[in-house]
Amino acid sequence: MADIDREKLLDIYTRTMKVNRTDEKFRALLMEGKVAVMYYCVRGQELVSAAAMAALEQDDYVVCTYRGQGEQTAKGIPIEKWWGECLGKDTGTCKGKGGTMHITDPDTGIMVTTGVVGSGLPIANGLAMASQNNGDGRVTLVSFGDGAANIGGFHEAMNMAQLYKLPIIFLCQNNRYGEHTAYADHTDSPDISSRASGYGMKGIKVDGNDVNQIYPAMEEAVAHARSGKGPVLVEAMCYRMMGHFFGSDFSYMPPEHLEEMQREDPLPKLRKVMLEHQFTEEELDKIVADIDAEIDGAVEHALAADLPSTDEIYKDVLEETA
Amino acid sequence: MAEITMTEALNKAIDEAMAEDDGVFCLGEDVAAKQGGGVFKVTSGLTEKYGENRIRATPISETAIVGAAVGAALAGQRPICEIMLMNFVGVCMDQIVNHAAKLRFMSGGQTPCPMVLRTTTGVGVGFGGQHSDMLEAWFAHVAGIHVVTPSNAADARGLMRASIDANDPVIFIENILCYGLKSEDPGPGYRVPLGKAAIAKEGSDITLVTYGRTVLDALEVAGELDKEGISVEVIDLRTIAPYDEETVLASVRKTGRAITLHEAVRPFGTGAEIAANIQEKCWDSLKGPVRRIGGTFSAVPFATVLEQAWIPQKSDLAGQIKASVGKA
Repeated sequence: MADIDREKLLDIYTRTMKVNRTDEKFRALLMEGKVAVMYYCVRGQELVSAAAMAALEQDDYVVCTYRGQGEQTAKGIPIEKWWGECLGKDTGTCKGKGGTMHITDPDTGIMVTTGVVGSGLPIANGLAMASQNNGDGRVTLVSFGDGAANIGGFHEAMNMAQLYKLPIIFLCQNNRYGEHTAYADHTDSPDISSRASGYGMKGIKVDGNDVNQIYPAMEEAVAHARSGKGPVLVEAMCYRMMGHFFGSDFSYMPPEHLEEMQREDPLPKLRKVMLEHQFTEEELDKIVADIDAEIDGAVEHALAADLPSTDEIYKDVLEETA
Repeated sequence: MAEITMTEALNKAIDEAMAEDDGVFCLGEDVAAKQGGGVFKVTSGLTEKYGENRIRATPISETAIVGAAVGAALAGQRPICEIMLMNFVGVCMDQIVNHAAKLRFMSGGQTPCPMVLRTTTGVGVGFGGQHSDMLEAWFAHVAGIHVVTPSNAADARGLMRASIDANDPVIFIENILCYGLKSEDPGPGYRVPLGKAAIAKEGSDITLVTYGRTVLDALEVAGELDKEGISVEVIDLRTIAPYDEETVLASVRKTGRAITLHEAVRPFGTGAEIAANIQEKCWDSLKGPVRRIGGTFSAVPFATVLEQAWIPQKSDLAGQIKASVGKA
C-alpha cells in the first residue's frame, strides 16, 4: 500500500487529536458537573473519522450520527460554534436548537446529524443524487455504526445508491456495539462489508486503528465515488471504548475484551507512525497543546455565551416563521 | 377556455415547474415512462421531456425515496417524491416526521427542506383497508409541514405549483376519485397560495369546513338545502395545515354555526382541532355546538356496501345541518 505523505499524515494527526482532545474535554466538563447534556463518547474511534474527513474535499457533504463529534470537528466546524451548540447557546451552529445530537453546519458540509440510528443513509443518497443531477462533483459520506446496518433504511439506501451509481461513501464505523448490544448479539455474519456484494457494490473492510490502512482505504473509496463508478461501503473496524452515552452503564462490555482492544488503541499507534516519519515528540506535543488551548478558549466562550431567546421556539418552524 | 382533469392539471403543473427550474425532479415507484408514467399517470410524458435522471423510477423503497428527497432538498434541489398510496407513508414516517419536518428548525434555519411528497388515497374505489386511508391528521400534528389537498382540477394545478415553490416540505394528498374531475384550465403559471382557503359556496346560516373529495358532497348537500331555505357556507380549506384560520373564524362569526366534515375517521381528526379552535375563539358568536362529521372509526372495508356505508353520509350531513339550524 502506498505510503502516506508527511503533509497528509500531519493533517490526519491534527484532525485525530482535535477529535480526541474535544472528547477528553467534554468528558472532563461532564465529570466536573460544569455541563449536563447528552454526550456520545468517541474514544477509540478518533482516527476513523479523522482519516475519513482528511480524504474528503472541503465542500463534500457529510451525514453523521449522534456520535458524530469526530466527523464534525475533523471536518472543520469552527469549534466555538460547535461548543456553543453542544452547550445549548445562542452562539451555536444551530442557535442552540439542535444540540449534541443534531449538529448542522452546511458551511463545512455537515448537512445532517441524526439521532435516529440508520436514518442518515437514505438522506445521504439524496445529497449525492443532487450532486449527480447538477454535476457539482461533490462526494457525500455518511457515517454510521454497526447497529445501523440492521435497519431497513440501510438496505434500501444501499440498493438505491448502487442502482443509480451515486457518488456516495457508506462508512460503517464498526465499533462492536449497537447501543448496549454487542455485535455478535445483533448480527450473525462476520462483517458488514461483505453485504456490499449483495447489492453489486464495492466493499472494503479495513483496520480503523491503523492510519496506514484506514486512510488509503478512504482515499480509494473517495476516488471511486467521485469518478462516477458508484458508491462504496467501507467498514472500518474500531472499538467504542466507553458506554453508549456518557454516564451509561457499560458492565455488559467484557473487561478482558476492553483490555484487548486497548492494545489496539489508534492513538499510540498513530503517534508511533508519526515518529517513524521523523516528526519529533516536541512537534506532536505542540500540536496537542495548541489544540487544547483552542478548545479551552472555545469552551470558555461557550460557557459565557448567551442562552437563546425563548422566542426561538416560534422561529424556523416554517419559512414564514424564519 | 379548455377543460382539464385533475390528473392533467397536476401533470401540467409539474411539467411547467420542471421546465422552469432544473432543480425540480420527480422520484417514486413506477413514475417513469418505462413503467407507464405513474400508476395514476400523473407523471406521464415527463420522462420523454426531461429524461430518466429527472423522472427517476425507484425500487419499492419508501424510506429511501423520502430520504433521497430530503437529502436532495437540503442540497438546494426541489424534489417531488411520490408515495404511491398514502397508507405506505407508515413505512417512511421517520424520514418525514423526524427529518423533513424538523431539519429547518433543528438547524436553526440553515437547512430548509423544500420537497413535495405526493400521495394518493381515497375511500370508494374498493381498495380495502391498506390502500384507502386519509391520514392527514398525522402530518397536521407535526410542526414544520404543509398539508395540502385539492378538491378540483384548477386548484390542483395552482396548489401543486405553490407546493413546488414552497421552501418547506409539503404533503400533497390526491384523492383517487378526484383525478377525473374537470375544471376550466387556469393556464400556465397559475398558483393557489398555500394556507388560503376558498369559500366554495357563500351562505349565511351555517359554516361547513371541509377539504378534498368531501367538498363535492358538501356542495351537493348545500345546494339541496338552499331549496329548503337553509343557507350553507362551504369552506374548502385546500391547505389543511397550517390552515386558514382567519377565513374559517370570520365565516363562523358571520353564520354563528359550524360543522367540520372530512373523509378521515372522526376521532382525533383535523375536524376536532378546527371545532375546538372555533369554540375557543368564536364562543360569543356561536348559536350552538360545533359538530363534527367524519369516517367510521374502523378500517376501510372492502365490500362495496360496507365501504359506501363507511363514508360520511350526505344524509347525515344534511341531518346535522338541519339539527344545527333548528330545522330538523
